[in-house]
Amino acid sequence: MSTLSINVEAENTKLASHDDHAHDHHDTSGDTVFGFWLYLMTDCLLFASFFATYAVLFMNTVGGVSGKDIFELDFVAVETAALLISSITFGFAMICAQGQKKALTLIWLAITFCLGAAFIGMEIYEFTHLIEHGNGPQGSAFLSSFFALVGLHGLHVTAGLIWMTILMIEVARRGLGKPTVTRLMCLSLFWHFLDIVWICVFSVVYLMGAM
Amino acid sequence: MSFLGKLSLDAIPYHEPILVFTMAAIAIGGIVLFTLITKYNKWGVLWRDWITSVDHKRLGIMYIFVALVMLFRGFSDAIMMRTQLALATSGAPGILPPEHYDQIFTAHGVIMIIFMAMPFMIGLMNIILPLQIGARDVAFPFLNNLSFWLTASGAILINISLVFGEFAKTGWVAYPPLSELTFSPGVGVDYYIWALQISGLGTLLTAVNFLVTVFKMRAPGMTLMKMPIFTWTCTWANILIAASFPILTALLAMLTLDRYLGFHFFTNDGGGNAMMYINLFWAWGHPEVYILVLPAFGIFSEIISTFTSKRLFGYTSMIYASGAISILGFIVWLHHFFTMGSSANVNAFFGVMTMIIAVPTGVKLFNWLFTIYRGRLQMTVPVMWTLGFMVTFTVGGMTGVLLAIPGADYVLHNSLFLIAHFHNTIIGGAVFGYLAGFTFWFPKAMGFKLNVRWGKAAFWFWIVGFFVAFMPLYVLGFLGMTRRLNHTNNPDWNIWLYIAAGGAVLIMFGIICQVVQLFVSFRDREALDDETGDPWNGHTLEWATSSPPQAYNFAVIPEVHDIDAWTDMKEKGQVYQSKASYEAIHMPKNTSAGVLMGLTLTIFCFAMIWHVWWLAIVGLVGAIGVFIKRCYSNDVDYYVQPEEVLATENAFNLSGSAKINSKGIKA
Repeated sequence: MSTLSINVEAENTKLASHDDHAHDHHDTSGDTVFGFWLYLMTDCLLFASFFATYAVLFMNTVGGVSGKDIFELDFVAVETAALLISSITFGFAMICAQGQKKALTLIWLAITFCLGAAFIGMEIYEFTHLIEHGNGPQGSAFLSSFFALVGLHGLHVTAGLIWMTILMIEVARRGLGKPTVTRLMCLSLFWHFLDIVWICVFSVVYLMGAM
Repeated sequence: MSFLGKLSLDAIPYHEPILVFTMAAIAIGGIVLFTLITKYNKWGVLWRDWITSVDHKRLGIMYIFVALVMLFRGFSDAIMMRTQLALATSGAPGILPPEHYDQIFTAHGVIMIIFMAMPFMIGLMNIILPLQIGARDVAFPFLNNLSFWLTASGAILINISLVFGEFAKTGWVAYPPLSELTFSPGVGVDYYIWALQISGLGTLLTAVNFLVTVFKMRAPGMTLMKMPIFTWTCTWANILIAASFPILTALLAMLTLDRYLGFHFFTNDGGGNAMMYINLFWAWGHPEVYILVLPAFGIFSEIISTFTSKRLFGYTSMIYASGAISILGFIVWLHHFFTMGSSANVNAFFGVMTMIIAVPTGVKLFNWLFTIYRGRLQMTVPVMWTLGFMVTFTVGGMTGVLLAIPGADYVLHNSLFLIAHFHNTIIGGAVFGYLAGFTFWFPKAMGFKLNVRWGKAAFWFWIVGFFVAFMPLYVLGFLGMTRRLNHTNNPDWNIWLYIAAGGAVLIMFGIICQVVQLFVSFRDREALDDETGDPWNGHTLEWATSSPPQAYNFAVIPEVHDIDAWTDMKEKGQVYQSKASYEAIHMPKNTSAGVLMGLTLTIFCFAMIWHVWWLAIVGLVGAIGVFIKRCYSNDVDYYVQPEEVLATENAFNLSGSAKINSKGIKA
């Protein structure tokens, strides 16, 4: 009995001191966001390398199809619109998250998810369509670099969708605590970053390719 | 495709005597190690204090352990190559058949750069950098542990290639089309790809981690221009990593797509462009050599200023010189292949840029000389490495400027002159620097100093061995011998090849001296004990902690008023003073997530190499699962209680002030 009470007492002191020092608990959310920014810059260089490769190889069609033959701008325009709008809806989700509105945050995230999924679905359709017509990445250096660049972006968006799912579960179960909002902030940076990359893909690959 | 992909019993090279011997040695060593750990009941300690540790100091020690093990392996490769070349003269076949020899020179290069030099540099940075800026840990302690295990995972994959299958026969650069499936159908290049990819990811995460640490977690008062010079050079190196390693990631991904899915990035057919690979490779590879050498420059700076008891001469110019080297390092990559046949103007641009790098490097050298000038230089082992570096590196730098002339490069391209040049800079610059830093900071990490006699013996064997081994290579280069030859038939070359082999043996004696030094120092650790945490009368904050430092580094975060913060505190008499009470300290908890991710990703890579697709999926999903679980966890920290801090600090400060009283060291 006495040991038990001592234990409880020790536990209480521990808790008390934990609370006392909660104020000097180094607030790391700023560090996390800064670190994530740095990671995004490295990711940007990853894309830059694939862009550079595309720029070198896009004319190497070895007698096969070129961009003009396979790009359907109307289709890609819809795809682009889906992704761009998803950036706006993610912005709304963040505004709601900052305002601690859990339900609205989840709704906006769900809409964002659907738009992102639509984008990925259309991309998969485009890829399978090309492969079915014998224009797979093995066809030429142009097709290789095209599939790799666009596919890399698609892979990022897919990772973003998985991450979004996990964060939606987290928001639903734990609410909008500080760590959760920080995670949402990182995903939002990631999502907007992918949007900017896509604008470059759309301009460099599709628009210039279809000209 | 069978259940085990390309993996079968034939993958084990039991018909190669050297490899069988190696495997037996590894197996016996492994069994002995396993038995000893079990006998002394150390598995728990190993798991709790090391494998799952997020403490930057322990991770640093583990990095350096990996580096030393891989140095041993990389050097074994080196001595086999020199032996082969000394025996296989005048048309003799030597002891190593070409297909084995090709794997050895590839493994030697990859291991020495990626798995010896990089972990050594990152290990020293891990141990020292957070201490120098007065921080309690790095910004993301779990990520730091994960980075280590990703590096270790790459090293493990390279060693697995000894037993299962083969390693690449392409040279450490793995240029296509040789590295493409058509010409390298085996698993060797796949080992290369995955080992580099996974360890490169670890390195990239380290850079991000330490950049955030440096920019966000410096002690109050430490402005950027008051940061210790080693921290500064590491920061430049980290910027270079963040800017260049993504290119390596992209490059390896493209080669993977070529080999696994039939893409045409670098193939001969289908419109691929092999020169694209070579450009991208060196856009990473050239900054990489500055990543290796800049922290070494920082180490030399710390050592010279400490052992002359002077402030570093030209601190600001050192920082700007490092920055200039970092930026110029990105616009010289084409000098690795002047022979590609770019226009004269392009080659001239890259040649001139390359020569310009000698200017900031010269600034550094003069700064070190001016620091020594009128100082009282103590001839300690770290200082000897530093002086050895200054001579050796200058020679290497000058041959580099010579190679930077495109016309001269056309003659010397891929000759042994080049091999001599880059060993001259990497061994004389980076490796000497790490060995100097190893001796300098050893007491900080381990709590006792290294034996001086064996240290000096190691230095003299190394430096003499270096010159005997590599100066003949300059001559051989002029005599027309190219790199990666398996056997030769030119009597004029023989004598130089014999001398070079002798040099490698001298370096081997140097390494043996270092092993003995470690053993002797550990045996005499009581006598070599560093009680005060400040054995060299140091200048910067890492010497303000005990040796080895408390887990939390600093009970109270110090306030910084000077570049040499610790000297400043000693002069003001503000050291070794206990407070009446301390506040609880917030610390990160250990985690097994890093090692589990390392393990699952090793499985993933191994399965990818052998085309065991189901296992690859298991490994990848496992790694992602562990990562998500870790991200979800909120139980990641704890508090060190004030009473515990008080007891630790009192004990440390007592011995520290005792030293000041007894030895009369200026406080």
